[in-house]
Amino acid sequence: MRSIDLEKTSLRELNSSLHQLKDGTNETEWEVLNPRGQHSVAVGVDAPITVTIRGSVGYYCAGMNKHATIVVHGSAGPGTAENMMSGKVVVKGDASQYAGATGRGGLLLIEGNASSRCGISMKGIDIVVKGNIGHMSAFMAQSGHLVVLGDAGDALGDSIYEAKLFVRGKVKSLGADCIEKEMRPEHHEALSALLEKAGVTDVKTSEFKRYGSARKLYTFNIDNADAY
Amino acid sequence: MSYQNPPTTPRKSATFDDYTLSEIRRAAQTGIYDIRGGGAKRKVPHFDDLLFLGASMSRYPLEGYREKCSTAVTLGTRFAKKPIELKIPITIAGMSFGSLSANAKEALGRGATLAGTSTTTGDGGMTPEERGQSEKLVYQYLPSRYGMNPDDLRKADAIEVVVGQGAKPGGGGMLLGQKISDRVAEMRTLPKGIDQRSACRHPDWTGPDDLEIKILELREITDWEKPIYIKVGGARPYYDVALAVKAGADVVVVDGMQGGTAATQEVFIEHVGQPTLACIRPAVQALQDLGMHRKVQLIVSGGIRNGADAAKALALGADAVSIGTAALVALGDNDPDLEAEYAKLNTTAGAYDDWHEGRDPAGITTQDAELAKRLDPVRAGRRLANYLKVMTLELQTIARAAGHNHVHNLEPEDLCALTIEAAAMARVPLSGTSWIPGQGNL
Repeated sequence: MRSIDLEKTSLRELNSSLHQLKDGTNETEWEVLNPRGQHSVAVGVDAPITVTIRGSVGYYCAGMNKHATIVVHGSAGPGTAENMMSGKVVVKGDASQYAGATGRGGLLLIEGNASSRCGISMKGIDIVVKGNIGHMSAFMAQSGHLVVLGDAGDALGDSIYEAKLFVRGKVKSLGADCIEKEMRPEHHEALSALLEKAGVTDVKTSEFKRYGSARKLYTFNIDNADAY
Repeated sequence: MSYQNPPTTPRKSATFDDYTLSEIRRAAQTGIYDIRGGGAKRKVPHFDDLLFLGASMSRYPLEGYREKCSTAVTLGTRFAKKPIELKIPITIAGMSFGSLSANAKEALGRGATLAGTSTTTGDGGMTPEERGQSEKLVYQYLPSRYGMNPDDLRKADAIEVVVGQGAKPGGGGMLLGQKISDRVAEMRTLPKGIDQRSACRHPDWTGPDDLEIKILELREITDWEKPIYIKVGGARPYYDVALAVKAGADVVVVDGMQGGTAATQEVFIEHVGQPTLACIRPAVQALQDLGMHRKVQLIVSGGIRNGADAAKALALGADAVSIGTAALVALGDNDPDLEAEYAKLNTTAGAYDDWHEGRDPAGITTQDAELAKRLDPVRAGRRLANYLKVMTLELQTIARAAGHNHVHNLEPEDLCALTIEAAAMARVPLSGTSWIPGQGNL
């Protein structure tokens, strides 16, 4: 395992070292010590490696990740795993706002709570939050899945497109054009697979409700103007 | 004797003019605001209201065609390891694949490359056609993040974080269902045929303090190689530029209200934002106050049409200008040769702006495969290169006449204004006087 101590090594050196790794590298295990809330830790990684971060990170940790597994043993600041393409990002603590924003693929697992705008503008990523999520989550969510084992705040799924949302607890309110939808067998199946992928074994898919787009705002219609 | 009313000439209201009346009727009939492409069409103080003084006794000119007048510009010298070096200070503004056809994007790349300048992606990601034909390509980082991925980010020569644009400061992108083809839908991860309304704010940062952190992330992902531009609409140019510098920009792009858009509400285009002329001096002032003029480069766009406009923007302190609408016209947009087809669309050459409908007879602002085929990207690219070269010659002609051996040596003292408004905005004297309105030197 290669260990990088951010008290002794600069962020630039860390990210530069990670960017030099290619598919097939034998340096597959990395550990980052003393992140102390630094921003942009392990961003733009493009190799099938594991990066274990011992401590809390600031903004945009694991941003645009491809292929890597990045585990934060602490909490994460805003924009964790933003625009992730593939791979897996795990936050053992809580995640601040915009977690998984615009993500295109891979799995983001937040073991604590996520703040507002979790999954904003998501484009294919799967996000599983074991705790609660804040307001305006899945705003303009285009594709992918957001699974919440706890509660969701105000205006869930506002202006949502085709992303699928599963919430086990209470939803304070739904945003414009977001509605509760029937849990059909294929949704139980998809949710079950997501929970399994996230290592969540102690809940049943029947405990969740599904939310998605009513598709009423997909084209302009003056009679829908009061929905905005 | 007859007491009939004496005949008077029918008089139309200046307030309720024909256009206004037609818009009221259109709104009443359709129940939707007017959406169109392009920039502000209303008359606003512009570069035509400025004149160059030229050389005479107090300054001497350079020989045209003989004495050198350089036009090269380097963008991104503040932090980027690989700044962009351009032969001319005229770049091609961001326009999306989606709003434009793939052929049009390719033509822009070809034309820019032939002329030695850069072109820019738009709110739809990077296409292989565009990257392949653009020697220097600026990749826009927009609120929607359509098509955004780290591979394209690293393929770019620069990154432009779009905060706003002149046609609609405070507004997001708009691409109506007619243009969401299979390819556009796939690139944007959207259902085919829906009306796409992009976000107006970035999803993962709010305000200049966050933007500074976002820029750090972009630099880290691209290993500090790429120049990072910040583009703002002409809203509050002094503060916006100062904050862009604070956020870490290498280059600031200021786009005035004549700058075009693919589609947005007419009311937005005509009533929000400031004229380009009014934005330049406050932007330059901000850079000067921070000691960053010429260190952070300033690109001005919005209604740049010819070498004289470029020369005036540079004289007021810009490092480069950017063109969008003019580039489309050079490709063949609104060509009078297509008048019969414009007539079928209830418009006329020179006025066609329903770009969002995707029925452009010139094959530029469309995703219709048959219409798009009409634009030959090689020929259109050549036309754009010709136009850029003419603009550059015009720019050099003026710079030489003012006695400068580099276009960046043009200065406000080379200018006077024809109107009080333009004098106040450009902070140059009213012609025939030493009066700069607003400067207190009556």
